[in-house]
Amino acid sequence: MASGLTAQPVACPDCDLLQRLPPLPPGAKARCARCGKTLAVQLADPLDRPLALTVTAAIVLIIANTAPLMGLEAAGRQASTTLIGGAYQMWLQGREITAVVVAFCAVIAPTSYVLFMLTVLLAVRRPPAPRWVGELLRWADFMQPWSMSEVMMLGILVALIKIAALARVIPGVGMYAVGALIVLLAALMIAFDPRAVWERVAWADGRSPSAAALGAGAAR
Amino acid sequence: MSAAALSAAQAGFLSCEICGLLSRPAAAAQPGHCPRCGAPLAWRRHHSFQYTWALVIAAAIFYIPANVLPVLTTNTLVSSTSDTIMSGVIYLYTSGSWPLALIVLVASVMIPLGKLATLAYLLVTVQRGSVKSTHDRTRLHRIVELIGRWSMLDVFVDTFVVALVQLQPLMSVEPGPGVPFFMAVVVLTMLAAQTFDPRFIWDAAGAPRG
Repeated sequence: MASGLTAQPVACPDCDLLQRLPPLPPGAKARCARCGKTLAVQLADPLDRPLALTVTAAIVLIIANTAPLMGLEAAGRQASTTLIGGAYQMWLQGREITAVVVAFCAVIAPTSYVLFMLTVLLAVRRPPAPRWVGELLRWADFMQPWSMSEVMMLGILVALIKIAALARVIPGVGMYAVGALIVLLAALMIAFDPRAVWERVAWADGRSPSAAALGAGAAR
Repeated sequence: MSAAALSAAQAGFLSCEICGLLSRPAAAAQPGHCPRCGAPLAWRRHHSFQYTWALVIAAAIFYIPANVLPVLTTNTLVSSTSDTIMSGVIYLYTSGSWPLALIVLVASVMIPLGKLATLAYLLVTVQRGSVKSTHDRTRLHRIVELIGRWSMLDVFVDTFVVALVQLQPLMSVEPGPGVPFFMAVVVLTMLAAQTFDPRFIWDAAGAPRG
C-alpha cells in the first residue's frame, strides 16, 4: 500500500492492540480502537507553544518557591512560611522522611520537571537532537506524577481554613504564584506531544531520525 | 482495520514503554534495547504481579497505624489535644465547613481504601485469566493512576498547619506519628499503580483460541 509510510504502526500502551495510526489533521486525536486510550494528538504547534509555557512556568516557579506563601497573626505575634519552609518545619519536628517526601513533591519534582522540559524543548529546536535529550525527557516523565502543585494548593487552602478559626491568616504572593503554576503546568501537559520530540532525537543505534523513521522501526 | 484484534506481542512486535517505538526484536527470549531511545525492552513489565502485590500489602499494613495514630497535636498554654485523620474530618464538619470535610474524607479515607481494593481486584482477576469486563478494568486502572496523588492532600494540610502555627508558648502544632505512615500509604499505592501492567488485562481476552 502506498500509505504504508504515513499510516504508522503502533501498539496501544494500555492494551497492546496492534494498529495503524492514520495521518491526522491538525487538532485531531487518535484513540485506541479497542480500549479507547488516546494514542496520538496532532498539535498545530507541538514545540514552540510548550516552550513558551515552560519559560513562563520557570519564572513563576522561582516566585512560588521564594515568596512567602502565607502569614499568620495572633495576639500580636506573627509567623510566615514558604514552600520549603513547610517541609523544613516537618524536619525540625522530627518527621524527617515526611519532610523529604513533602519537599520532593512540592519543590524538587516540579522544579526538575520544568528544568528538564526547558532543556528538552530548547535542544530539539535543531534536529537531530543528541541522545541525552531522550534521556532527559524520560526523567521529566518520571517526575511528572510526583509533581503535586495542585494537590499542595488544595492542602494549603484546607490548612488556611483550619487555622482561620485560631488566628488571622494573610495569603502571600507565593500562593498566587502556585495558583498560576498549576494553570501553566496543566496547559503544558495539553500543549506538549512527546512524539514530536522523539521524532527529532538521534537513534540509540546510530541512525539519524529522518532515515530511521522510514526504516526498520516500522512494521513490515 | 483488520478483522482480528491482534496484540503487538502476538504479532512478535514490542512497543517501547519510554518512547512508544514499535520494533521487532531479533530474539523473542531476549528483547534487548529499544533501537530509538535505548531503553531496555520487555514484553510485559518485569515481575509486575509480585511488585504490585508487595506494594499493595505493605500499603494495607501501613494504612492501620496511619488511621489510628494521631496526625496533629495542638498544644496551648492550658491543654494539649491530638487529632487522627478521622477526627480531623469530624472537626472540619462540626466547625461548619462540610465541603472541606467531604474533600478531606474522600482524599484521605476513600481514595486510599478504594485504590487498595481496586488494585487487589485487578491483580486477582488478571491472575485468574478473567476475560470479563476488560474495558471497565482498564478504566479502573486509569482512574487509580490519575487520582492516587490526591491522597497526599492530608500530608500537605498537616505540613502547612505545623509550619504556620508555631507561636510558642501561646500555641503550637506538631505532627503526630501517623503522618509518616499515611504518607507511606500514598507513596506505596502510587508505585503499585505504576508497577501494574494494564496490558495483562487484555492478554487473556485476546489469547488465540483453539
